[in-house]
Amino acid sequence: MVTNRTDPLVLGIETSCDETGIGIVRGTTLLSNTIASSMDEHARYGGVVPEIAARAHLDELVPAINAAIAEAGIRLHDLDAIAVTCGPGLSGALMVGVGAAKALAVALDKPIYAVNHLVGHVGADLLHHSIHTSRTETSDAAPLEYPTIALLVSGGHTSLLLVRDLVSDVELLGETIDDAAGEAFDKVARLLSLPYPGGPQIDRVAADGNPKAIRFPRGLSQPKDMAAHRYDFSFSGLKTSVARFVEQRQDAGEPVPTADVAASFREAVVDILLTKALAACADYGVPRLLLGGGVIANQRLRHIATERTDAAGIALRIPPLSLCTDNGAMIAALGAQLIMAGREPSTLEFGADSTLPVDQIQV
Amino acid sequence: MLLAIDTSAGTSVAVVDFTRGVIAERGEADTMRHAEIVGPFILECLREADIAPAALSGVVGGMGPGPFTGLRVGIASARVFALGAGKPLVPVISHDAIAYGHYRRGHSGPLVVVTDARRREIYWSAYSQADAVGLPVRVGSPGLAKPAELDDPAWLHALWPRIDAATVAAGDLGLVAELSFAHHRPFAANVPLYLRSPDVTLSNGPKRVSR
Ligand SMILES: [Zn+2]
Repeated sequence: MVTNRTDPLVLGIETSCDETGIGIVRGTTLLSNTIASSMDEHARYGGVVPEIAARAHLDELVPAINAAIAEAGIRLHDLDAIAVTCGPGLSGALMVGVGAAKALAVALDKPIYAVNHLVGHVGADLLHHSIHTSRTETSDAAPLEYPTIALLVSGGHTSLLLVRDLVSDVELLGETIDDAAGEAFDKVARLLSLPYPGGPQIDRVAADGNPKAIRFPRGLSQPKDMAAHRYDFSFSGLKTSVARFVEQRQDAGEPVPTADVAASFREAVVDILLTKALAACADYGVPRLLLGGGVIANQRLRHIATERTDAAGIALRIPPLSLCTDNGAMIAALGAQLIMAGREPSTLEFGADSTLPVDQIQV
Repeated sequence: MLLAIDTSAGTSVAVVDFTRGVIAERGEADTMRHAEIVGPFILECLREADIAPAALSGVVGGMGPGPFTGLRVGIASARVFALGAGKPLVPVISHDAIAYGHYRRGHSGPLVVVTDARRREIYWSAYSQADAVGLPVRVGSPGLAKPAELDDPAWLHALWPRIDAATVAAGDLGLVAELSFAHHRPFAANVPLYLRSPDVTLSNGPKRVSR
């Protein structure tokens, strides 16, 4: 069914959260990474509103596909396959992409690959960035080595994976048991009267703060947590702790040391994320760590990750930021990998699965 | 020939032709499986009608009104199929298809079409008659209401015959498009008829955690 298995031209559709992502790749070469975000529409609510995100996907899909094929310089009929995120994510948002991808596949008579969003984040690292490469971003063309530990952090997910093979063997080591790390940034930003999205705001304010000023708790890091939650994350206790600190200051009529709170909160998040990721590297004897997800834009996270992996002799990989946030190129990249590995396409009956397990790489 | 897709109630897909009528049609009343079955239905209808996407003259999309999550699947499919096939999208109001079907089966005169909007609300449209070519004449535009509002004797269309529909036939949707095209009638706007704002509440700031 797929005619070109060596260098397939794949269009990827990603609608799992608030970014409408259309990506086009040829094998491991990135041709377009078109993203339309509804982030601004969510700002006044302080977080992603699923219905607003889903409505925006419907409005943005056709313009985004047109923009992507124009940038890639291809015609839709040139494609070898369509790839689409079928989960995990917001179900109403996922369904827009799934319906559209199936229609496109039938209209073009092309095979379709329904793929896992989280594994897509790992797949992003395989792309050669022939476009959108800036000097400040790592543009590492060396192939991804296996096994690798992957830490995927965004407003929708916080997951630690052991990737033995991108297309056949991905294991979930741990994930958040309450809020995603990105949500914690948004909620703490609101506590500090900072706008949405919280990540860049906390980063900005924290620049003038002391990360050691306040010792906020690290979730699930006690010895008693190590049996059941060794690689899991929890951020709700941290958020409550920040709220309590702010309220105490306000009740006492004292000013809230916003910069110190932001820096100390950020330090707690970064510390627990990397402590657990590096523990996984050590426990499994894997000297490689890959970062992905929108929270990777956080400068402190990248800085501490570089420091700690250097110290531990672990190779760190961070795809360019445009490929870290949710995007269609990573979905196309994963689709292309599945094709190059000889996988058969998905059948047309698949649905959107908001809780798709990470070991289901293709549905 | 036109491909028609509607997910404003269940899922319905059809291939229709002005002279031959409904050539192929697939329907499923289940309102929870739009994303799963829309693709297979499109493929099956095209195969049964033995037509390639490139040979179609357009793609008809049912614009609702309908509950958002399901409605969007069909509109996304219709828009993107049209893009992929390089054919125009023809938007049609889903209630018009229900009314058209009813008139076609012999009804005459006024008619109120009602569909489920969930959350104890309903969508309605009012039609005075079918015109000379058989197209329903909508005189009350698609609205959202509590059931009691339509039962109120003071309501404008209270005494009109009413049809409560659980499904929309894509075949009828496609035929409305064929007739509208043949008789130079305007199509609907390419805009989903949600008729309801996204439910979000602006918070009054963070809740206090300490006692
Ligand atoms: Zn993501």
